[in-house]
Parts: sequence; structure tokens; C-alpha cells
Amino acid sequence: MVRHAGIASGVIAVIVVVALLAPWVAPYDPIAQPDIIGLKNLAPSFSHPFGTDSFSRDVLSRCIYGARISLSVAALATAIAITLGTLYGAIAGYVGGAVDAVLMRIVDAALSIPRVLLLIAILALWNGLPLWLLIVVLGATGWFGLSRMVRAQVLSMRELDFVAAARALGASGPRILFRHILPNVLPTIIVAATLGVGHVIILEAGLSYLGLGVQPPSASWGSIIQDGADQIGAAWWISLFPGLLIVTTAIACNALGDALRAAFDPRENAVTMAELDS
Amino acid sequence: MTDPLLSVSDLRTYFHDGEVVARAVDGVSFDVAEGETVAVVGESGSGKSVTALSILRLIRPPGRIETASSIRFQGRELLQLSDGEMRTIRGNRIAMIFQEPMSALNPVLTVGEQIAEVVRVHTDASRHDAWERAVEMLALTGISAPRERASEYPHQLSGGMRQRVMIAMALVLKPALLIADEPTTALDVTIQAQILELLQRLQEQLGMAVLLITHDLGVVAEVADRVVVMYGGEVVERATMTELFEAPQHPYTEGLMSAMPRLDRDAERLVTIPGVVPPSTAWPSGCRFRDRCSYAWDRCATEHPPLYPVGDEHESRCHLAVEPLRRSESHTPLTVRVGADS
Repeated sequence: MVRHAGIASGVIAVIVVVALLAPWVAPYDPIAQPDIIGLKNLAPSFSHPFGTDSFSRDVLSRCIYGARISLSVAALATAIAITLGTLYGAIAGYVGGAVDAVLMRIVDAALSIPRVLLLIAILALWNGLPLWLLIVVLGATGWFGLSRMVRAQVLSMRELDFVAAARALGASGPRILFRHILPNVLPTIIVAATLGVGHVIILEAGLSYLGLGVQPPSASWGSIIQDGADQIGAAWWISLFPGLLIVTTAIACNALGDALRAAFDPRENAVTMAELDS
Repeated sequence: MTDPLLSVSDLRTYFHDGEVVARAVDGVSFDVAEGETVAVVGESGSGKSVTALSILRLIRPPGRIETASSIRFQGRELLQLSDGEMRTIRGNRIAMIFQEPMSALNPVLTVGEQIAEVVRVHTDASRHDAWERAVEMLALTGISAPRERASEYPHQLSGGMRQRVMIAMALVLKPALLIADEPTTALDVTIQAQILELLQRLQEQLGMAVLLITHDLGVVAEVADRVVVMYGGEVVERATMTELFEAPQHPYTEGLMSAMPRLDRDAERLVTIPGVVPPSTAWPSGCRFRDRCSYAWDRCATEHPPLYPVGDEHESRCHLAVEPLRRSESHTPLTVRVGADS
């Protein structure tokens, strides 16, 4: 388990570092079309390890720059989802009663709609969607499951002795929630965030492939796949390499998330946040 | 005579579940004067912890403090304060420590942060000043190397040290009243004595009153000035500590005394009070202790006994107070079984 986590975080770290250093590590300009006839659809070679696409652009460079878009969309959308889900679930769990019942029925309703369908319906309203809006929409549709988990934990923690003690020493409701309860829910949130990033990368790739996600000339891994989709027989490398990157990154995120979950799970292992801290 | 620091009168805390009402605390009255230690004694289910929580208004639905109840503290009626005003009292003027030092501390905050937080909630002290007061308070509770300890997490400390931290949290603002709910129950016997001594020392230093909730008469004998014995959600006996130990009047108190293991008596087995506390949803008619009482006669089933005065500052909720002859002529009192007394 620990070894998997090591490999997974190593893979994620490499991809993140390469994405951050894109201008220095990418061999070519990702949108330059140097020779649209002579350098078109070149197979992988030493000068173009991932080949070139039908506009003579270097696929490796496009993938490196695409990583920036794919990763930042995933990270920001997940950050939004985590914030919304945590707040929503925490309020439902802490306030309880009728408020809880209403909030949770809303989540039940939202969860009953397939997310991809919901996204397609929302995104189809825009023509030429700005990137920030894509992030917001992905974030705003991704918090339902987490809110239920957070709510369940807050609900059970509300009755614990240290919460009663905090109340007995004069702490107010918001203070108890944010300072005493939520830090104890952090393991759940961290696991959900890690798994969420992997999930959003795939989701964003799917949407971009459908033309609903990242708009040209910016490219994410999903839109690079789409660039090569109509000539997959003649120039398979255009779609294959970004596809492999998506799969690798998503698997790494899931493996890391699972490893963290196992590490935080008291039934498997008695690691607590406090111990990680010290 | 000046007003007592805390005056609880006719406190009723009921838990409502549809038609069923659990009368956990049912008409409890007692006073605590400045600087004194009052012990509330009773077994599980007697309502003593609910009484403690009621004073701080920490009862959560479906529990409710009924309207005729009154809790006066420093001349103010606590039951009429707003939630915000009540919060300024908790931890500041009245503090509470709990039975389980293990679970009553937040596992993800250092102990220093937890003590400093109490200061920051109630005063304008800066982060740095609050931290200094936390360290000072830890030193006062006898923890060695308080500055280093302040940066540690609860799981790094022993049970006794955690209880010292709890005490530091409760006393950092020098409250006028400390409610200690079974403060030593979860600790080793050797540590218990240390913690009790610490509480007494701090009580003298800070001049606070202590309301000690316990089932352990040994603890009571060591620290209490006055004792309130609770049974079935009611006060059944109220006396000074010496008076109670020398001349217990209520059969339940007698039972508690004889159930105490003692070294100076030759007993082969410990005495127990037969039966358990009846459920608070259905107190028996008349005297609530009668099912377990060896003196009980027909009057006990029909007439609910009031608190009869039985001496100087001594009251007992038992008809024996007015029919004392029954005590000698009736069945074997519990105390006789072990040998001495009576």
C-alpha cells in the first residue's frame, strides 16, 4: 500500500513539475504550425517523440502544455467542489433537524441526475465557453457525494466529549464547527480531493472530446485526443499519447486516494491527523 | 446572610420523546456558597450529570429545562439569559471538567492551543498573550516543562496529564465556580489522589467554589464541605459532610455508605444495594427508592416523602424522619450486615 502511494505520488509529482516548467521543457511551441504540408502527421521519431498532428504541431509539446490546462482545471474544480461540499455537509450535520433533512433531500435529488448529462445540459448553453466557467461548472456539480460524507462525520462528532467540552467552555457554534470539528474531518476531505482530481481529469477530457470543454486554441489532453480522433487509423499517435497521460494521471490519483484512505482508516491502521502532524 | 454564589431551585430537566417524558431531574434544589465544595452524589441514572449540564444550559433537545426551574448565579437568573450572554458565562465564570480526559480534548489541536483558545474566546488577549497564559496555567497545574508540553498533542500525554490539561483549560480564566463531573473516575487510584489535591490547592489559590459530581463517597469524604445525595432525579438527603458521614438519615445514603469498601471492618464481601435505579420515564409512586429499601412500608407506596428537616442543615426525603421507631423495629438495615454501626 505504501509502495503504491510512493509510485503514485511520484508520477503525479513528475507530471505537475513538467506542466509547471512547460516553457522550458517543451521542445516546440505547442500552437506553432511550422510546415503544414511537410511536417504534417509525422510518426513518432527522435525529433518528435509523440509525432506531429495534422497542423504539423508537435504532439509532445501540446501534451505538456495540455497538462497545464487539464491539471489546473481538475485542481481548481476540485477545490471548488471540496469547499462547497464541506460547507454544505458541515452545516447540515451540525445544525441537524429540519435544516439537515431539507439540505440532504436536495443532495439526493442532485445525485439522482447523471453528472455527465447535467454537465452537457449546462455547458451546451454557451457557445465558446470561457475556461473559468468550465471550472466553476465542474466544481459546482462535483460536491454532492462529499457533502454527504462530511455531514455524516460532523453528525457523529457533534456528540463527542471534546465538542461538549468546547461548548462548556463557551465556544460558539461556528467556532466549534470550524475549529474543533472540521479539522477532524480533514482526512475524509483530503481523500475525497485526491480521488476528485482524478475523476475531474477524466470528466474534463470527455467533455473536451465532445467539444464542450476547453475551447481552441488552448488545448487540454481531451481536446488533443479529439484533434486526432478523425485520423486515428492514419496517425494513431495524436490520440494515443494524451490518452495514456489521462489514464496514468487518473490511476495515480486514485491509487494515492486509496492509499490515503487506508492510512486514515482506524480499522486498518491507527494513523491520525495528529500523528501525521507530529 | 449574603446570597449564595449559585442557587438551584426546583430544577426540572425533562426529556420529551413523543408522549413519553423522562424526568431525569425532577425538582432539585441546592445552594453553593463562594469558595466552598459541594458534592452531588448518586449512582448512574440518579440525574446528577444532567443537573450539572443544566446549570450550564448544555441540555440539548429533546431535553428541556422546565419553566418553573430557577438557577441563580451571582445574582443573575441563568435561565433567562440569551444564548450569547450564556456563552460569556461558560468557561469564564462557570467552568466544567469532564470525566474522560481522553476524549474531552480535541485530538488535532495542541493542548496549549486548546487552553489559549478559552482565553481568546472570552478576552481580547492577543495570540501571544493567550499562549503565555496557557503555559502559566499548565505550570500551575504542576506539569513539568509546561512550555514544551503546551506544544504537544493530547495523545502524547498520559491520562493524569490530560486531566491536568482539562483543569488548566477550565481554570485559566479563574472562574467563580468549577463543575467537576467525575473528575477522577477514569484515572488510576494514585493519580486520583494527586488530581484531588491539585483541585483543592487551586481552589484555595483561586478562591473558587467547586460543585463536585461523583458516585465515589471516598472522594466526597476527602474534599466536600457539604453533600447533596441524589436518587431518582431528586435530592434525597442534604447535609454537611461530617454530619452525613456520622449520621446518614436516608436509607439510600446508608446503603451507599455500607457499599463503600473499608479497611477497618472485617467484611467478607462488599455490600450492594439490590436492584437498579428505576427508569426516569416511570418513577414509582410515593417514594422512588421504596423498591430497593429494606424499611419500606405501606406509607412509602402512597405518599411521596418531602425533604424533612432532620437536624442542623440536614434534610432527608424519607418518612423514617417522622416515624423513627420503624428504623429499629423493622428489618435488618443494610449497614448491620457488615457488622459495626447502627
